[in-house]
Amino acid sequence: MRKYNKLIFELSKPGRKAYKLPPLDVEDKDISEFFPEDFINENPLTLPEVNEVEVIRHYTNLSDKNFGLDTGFYPLGSCTMKYNPKINENTARLDGFANIHPRQREGCTQGALQLMYELQNSLAEVAGMDQMTLQPAAGAHGELAGIMVIKAYHEKNGDTKRDTIIVPDSAHGTNPATATMAGYKIVEVKSTENGRVDVEALRNLVGENTAGLMLTNPNTLGLFESDIKEIAKIVHDAGGQLYYDGANANAILGQARPGDMGFDVVHFNIHKTFSTPHGGGGPGSGPVGVKAHLTEFLPVPIVGKEGDRYFLDYNIENTIGKVKDFYGHFGILVRAYTYILTMGRDGLKKASEMAVLNANYMLSKLKDDYYLPIDALYKHEFVLSGLKGNSLEVTTLDIAKRLLDFGFHPPTVYFPLIINQAMMIEPTETESLETLDEFIDALLKIAKEAKEDVSILKTAPHDTLVRRPDETKAARSPVVTYKA
Amino acid sequence: MFPYIPHTPEDEKIMLDSIGVNSVDDLFADIPKDVAFNKELDLPLAKSELEVTNYLNKLANKNCSTTENVCFLGAGAYDHYIPAIIDHIISRSEFYTSYTPYQPEISQGTLQYIFEYQTLISELTGLPIANASLYDGGTAVAEAALMACDVARKKKILISETVSPQSRQVLKTYAHMQDIEVVEVAMKDGITDMEDLEGKMDDDVATVIVQSPNFFGVVEDLKSSADLVHKSKKASIIASVDPISLGILKRPGDLGVDIVVGEGQSLGMSLSFGGPYLGFLATTEKYLRKLPGRIVGETTDLDGKRSFVLTLTAREQHIRRDKATSNICSNQGLNTLVATVYMVTLGKEGLREVAMQSTKKAHYALEKLEQSGKYKRVFDKPFFKEFAVSSNIDADKIIKDLRSENIIAGHHLGIDYPEFKDSILYAVTEKRTKDEIDKLSSVLEGI
Amino acid sequence: MKVVKGLYYSEDHEWVKVEGDEAYIGISDFAQHQLGDIVYIELPEIDDELEKEDDFSAVESVKAASDVYMPVSGKVLEVNEDLLDSPELLNSDPFESWIVKIELTDKSQLDDLMSSEEYEEFTSEEA
Repeated sequence: MRKYNKLIFELSKPGRKAYKLPPLDVEDKDISEFFPEDFINENPLTLPEVNEVEVIRHYTNLSDKNFGLDTGFYPLGSCTMKYNPKINENTARLDGFANIHPRQREGCTQGALQLMYELQNSLAEVAGMDQMTLQPAAGAHGELAGIMVIKAYHEKNGDTKRDTIIVPDSAHGTNPATATMAGYKIVEVKSTENGRVDVEALRNLVGENTAGLMLTNPNTLGLFESDIKEIAKIVHDAGGQLYYDGANANAILGQARPGDMGFDVVHFNIHKTFSTPHGGGGPGSGPVGVKAHLTEFLPVPIVGKEGDRYFLDYNIENTIGKVKDFYGHFGILVRAYTYILTMGRDGLKKASEMAVLNANYMLSKLKDDYYLPIDALYKHEFVLSGLKGNSLEVTTLDIAKRLLDFGFHPPTVYFPLIINQAMMIEPTETESLETLDEFIDALLKIAKEAKEDVSILKTAPHDTLVRRPDETKAARSPVVTYKA
Repeated sequence: MFPYIPHTPEDEKIMLDSIGVNSVDDLFADIPKDVAFNKELDLPLAKSELEVTNYLNKLANKNCSTTENVCFLGAGAYDHYIPAIIDHIISRSEFYTSYTPYQPEISQGTLQYIFEYQTLISELTGLPIANASLYDGGTAVAEAALMACDVARKKKILISETVSPQSRQVLKTYAHMQDIEVVEVAMKDGITDMEDLEGKMDDDVATVIVQSPNFFGVVEDLKSSADLVHKSKKASIIASVDPISLGILKRPGDLGVDIVVGEGQSLGMSLSFGGPYLGFLATTEKYLRKLPGRIVGETTDLDGKRSFVLTLTAREQHIRRDKATSNICSNQGLNTLVATVYMVTLGKEGLREVAMQSTKKAHYALEKLEQSGKYKRVFDKPFFKEFAVSSNIDADKIIKDLRSENIIAGHHLGIDYPEFKDSILYAVTEKRTKDEIDKLSSVLEGI
Repeated sequence: MKVVKGLYYSEDHEWVKVEGDEAYIGISDFAQHQLGDIVYIELPEIDDELEKEDDFSAVESVKAASDVYMPVSGKVLEVNEDLLDSPELLNSDPFESWIVKIELTDKSQLDDLMSSEEYEEFTSEEA
């Protein structure tokens, strides 16, 4: 099974079908009656011709080449790979949710609108913000919507000289990329030796050109920005707005709220904090929350309520416009709301507590053998800098590849950029003590191998279907479609 | 205890001891007092699976689904049949509980289906390159336009008024942020006014965006538009298309279109109140290194085996940061698998048949609706699976009356086009039967 | 690390080879080492008029991308299109693999650049 190595195109055989339509029950006219001749494609598309059994076997075999969260431990830092509850999959597939058209009249979609309204309010409560929009399709898309809101705010105030967004040097790449996409210049603020925003450096950076600061808290190192109040004051005093990147919100549910820290705009990564499936890369969802002074700029529509009636509210005075089609990734939002109802306020708080407990426990077991650049109390994740006392002979890449042999998904590697040979480990709350211990044992064994027999690490992985595919070759002469 | 949190009190004790703290609260000691949230969140307490299911069932049942009602609504999202096989494949948790294939050794499943998806989109559109997908049709239009501006080094976009109003709104939101000018090209009789387009073409134009079938279901003359646009040095043409229509209509790539985008929902995705759907993007080699989003490429591994990796990643935000081609980080992941399985399951014959049946039934429906004399076609132009009819009956009344017969009416065009306040846009897919169409017609006749 | 004598060098690791009023610009051996296997280079257009310190090109490896800055101002006369098909030449022979040929607008700017000896010292400190 694991040796299966075919593309669907290689299974094609003329005449095979995997699909049958009912016979046409209206008059069968030739399409030349409908379209001018030069609109019609006379050459059939070369799509595969396969049978249903082959399709199922093919994709089942492909799934067998994948490692998912249900397969095993997946401590990918900054991605919050927590368990995806199965009830969420069922509720998203309920007929009344999965099979409703976005352009149906409000009277026909009251249940969907009510769910969105309640989710908006729940997320606003968790964030400590005044109003949420569920429209953004992903975290990065939420960032874009949020930064656009900030830009619209400055524009309305006639404050057009504010052309710069500040991001920490430890920020996710999406932060600077987003700000550029929104038409801003980027300035980096450096981190201190203990991994936090350098408050004095920030003080010197802000000015009349500052539109805002984008910050993750806990930050990408997994450390809480304890100076957050001071940071907020510096940015606000300079006339800027403070943006919260919610990538790491899983650490602080019910413990601290971005709104209370002084943030003006927040996005959540629903697929991280609220357990919706990562889906091999998407679809995600990135709701955005704002403080009252920014609600007039939110993208349209949001969901409103008047009496017992829920409605799509397009009446937002200075809206930035639409950022995507329709109203958001509704199917993902159903899953998120299911999760919030299941966990409740007590469960969400417990989740953060155990996520933080897991991270600090792992750290306590690993820091003798792996180099910990900043020895501190961490939140839900921590960053190691390769093996201790290692002359760089064994790289983080080698360690990651060797972990595959032990049956684990490796941590996030080489991020954040400010830590050399970074390994960013985020266990999440859904992993048991036993699982953590198994992973710790694997990392300790690797540390031992590094002292005894480096070659086993250099040639890893040994036990996977493919081994270190050649990325240089792929990028130099790209082959991005199948050629028969 | 919570079902998704495994820790026993004993486990917690062992772990706290190893860390060297006394309590879980100590782990949050770094959150300053004036920031810490010392209350309970104003949310309900945890509920059982049964309670949650009951509650959400109640909400779901308040909606009118397309299984219990007959849907003639389209305007960007369509009620095509979804083969049973799709949900079974995407329910494999090896697919849906994995993330971005950063580690190719244990992600060949995801990487390969994206490679297959890129190939299928490339074949469908007649262009050599496709990315691993974008959020939806509207953002795909915007991303494609920004890419075209970047490559042409110009800051003016023309977009036809016949392009979906949503796509135009999204484009304007994105373009405004980069001080890119968006100019609309007028429509005439339901299609892009070629004279107006010609008049608005100048040396500043980076790209021209058209849609076919356009928002009114009318098939546009892409070849003429492409020829006209290409008279201008450096300008490119973007076409937004319905992928199902490519089962019978000429491929935009073969007609000279530079960038093809579109909404992929028709390719097996449930309507799901507007998302998640799928934006596809295909183009020529020229744009390969400027594409937004992920791309999968073929390569070989240490042992020479065929394998797949994320490639050309130096374009992307995690490496290029503020100089990335886009800020997009995810793709539509699982929905690209949906589209892949849909295209493969229908295959060479099936996609053509779905397109054929949709267009034949739509044409039958229009003929039938016109018979009473009460309803008239708004545009006398070739159309695919959607058409507009007008009448002197109030559109809201029509929609309401159809509703009481369990028919989901078409889209009221007056919402976005005031000049068509008496017109409703009906969509007819292969799912609709003659009986359903006849019933629509007889109910309409009786209003 | 190889440093070729007779060229001018910038702190961003570009080299300049002057021929009369014209000059070739490329990246140094040190720069290509830092980047690793180069997979792609983005080139400017002929006739582009570039100021000193403008980024005129970008060099990509699998895991990194780096902008290339103008060490001196000039107008682009030629671009080395061979590099589009064979970016690996930047790794194997960085000093022969010029990126652009320019017409110098202000020769006095060359005085701000380093000699090969100075550059050698500069890179030994940076490494």
